[in-house]
Amino acid sequence: MLARRIIPCLDVKDGLVVKGVQFRNHEIIGDIVPLAERYAQEGADELVFYDITASSDQRVVDKSWVSRIAQVIDIPFCVAGGIKSVEDAGRILEMGADKISINSPALTDPNLINQLHDIYGQQCVVIGIDSFYNADTGQYEVYKFTGDESRTQQTQWQTLDWVKEVQSRGAGEIVLNCMNQDGVRKGYDIEQLSAVRAVCDVPLIASGGAGAMEHFSAAFKQADVDGALAASVFHKSIIDIRELKQYLRAESVSIRSDFQSA
Amino acid sequence: MSLAKQQIVIVNTGCANISSVKFAFDRLGVDVTVSDQPELITCADKVILPGVGSANAAMASIEQKGLVSVILGLTQPVLGVCLGMQLMVSWSAESTAERTTCLDLIPGSVERMQVGDLRLPHMGWNTVTPSHPNDLFKGIDAGSYFYFVHSFAVKPFAHTLASCEYGMPFSAAINKDNFFGVQFHPERSGDAGAQLLKNFVSL
Repeated sequence: MLARRIIPCLDVKDGLVVKGVQFRNHEIIGDIVPLAERYAQEGADELVFYDITASSDQRVVDKSWVSRIAQVIDIPFCVAGGIKSVEDAGRILEMGADKISINSPALTDPNLINQLHDIYGQQCVVIGIDSFYNADTGQYEVYKFTGDESRTQQTQWQTLDWVKEVQSRGAGEIVLNCMNQDGVRKGYDIEQLSAVRAVCDVPLIASGGAGAMEHFSAAFKQADVDGALAASVFHKSIIDIRELKQYLRAESVSIRSDFQSA
Repeated sequence: MSLAKQQIVIVNTGCANISSVKFAFDRLGVDVTVSDQPELITCADKVILPGVGSANAAMASIEQKGLVSVILGLTQPVLGVCLGMQLMVSWSAESTAERTTCLDLIPGSVERMQVGDLRLPHMGWNTVTPSHPNDLFKGIDAGSYFYFVHSFAVKPFAHTLASCEYGMPFSAAINKDNFFGVQFHPERSGDAGAQLLKNFVSL
């Protein structure tokens, strides 16, 4: 049976892992490779590395750390941030990343999704969506350039429409980051995730809000997401990945067990 | 033959996941080369046929490099990974227009998975069960998890070496003579994947 995925997310800035609250005030957590190795050993099913500065700074970012990760990590990983072209994506994939995640550049040029699909295949094209629940209008709104507060802007897209659009263009997976919840650890936005799930035929990953083990269980059982992504609860050892997996198994969530050599 | 003394060649199919496959052998301490040179491929102790992307693009790349006859003539153990496995059968339905003719090393076909309400691609860790005891899965219990990402698959058939289920049963591994193929990514399947690669090198 296909297992639900636990996905630690490492926000990367200048080659170091950082974490901010609601995208701001980044504090340094540590070096990338040792942290990635630790998560893999603890039973993470996949890792996501977000180069959070890249999409908003107009500069070429050093991505040599991708290759260093690929050498030591034996679980799949995805790289996000600053991938604006087919060439950018190709370089990351050649360095050993399994998937590339596109967010703002896909909003600027949706055709990029089609190109990535046609050249590298659907399996490696992940679309990240930063979605904000506007309590005044009751709408889910897509934002871009969220890595930099001064440039963050609302797009013309409503979230469910954008989810359908990216699938029609060849997205292989969608990471839905619910901005209202991000970094505050009060739980995933189950209502929003459920609404997106209803229109999403590719794997859907929940992001934003994990603070306790029950939050993961709710995302899997109520919103039927394929994976749950979290950052601070793992960095700060608020949740231990092994304990989390144990807990989810007890909750009857399909979870990967460690390999036991026969 | 000890693991370290062998010469493993990864066929440079021009696909994107070659470095991660190479790194997996590096971690095992095995000498590995990426090449599209016919003489190097032919002389290798073991050959890996990697691949991600689409079947027609990969076949076009192999044909353009003049490697079809080289691969067909190999007598040492060959391991196809993911799309590399799919290229080993007769044809693939994964194409924008018509069927893609594959290497036909193993009679069989690749078709789009029919999974009902489940999501495609089939992406993530799933349990694999060997059809019968065999050396590629030595030390790997039925129900061990491997990492998959694909939307097309080979149905269970006479050459199925291990199976998996996602909305339908399908071949997780296939074998005929010296040709082996795995639908999952052993290079991204943690300790289980490392064990399988070690088994392959030890064949």
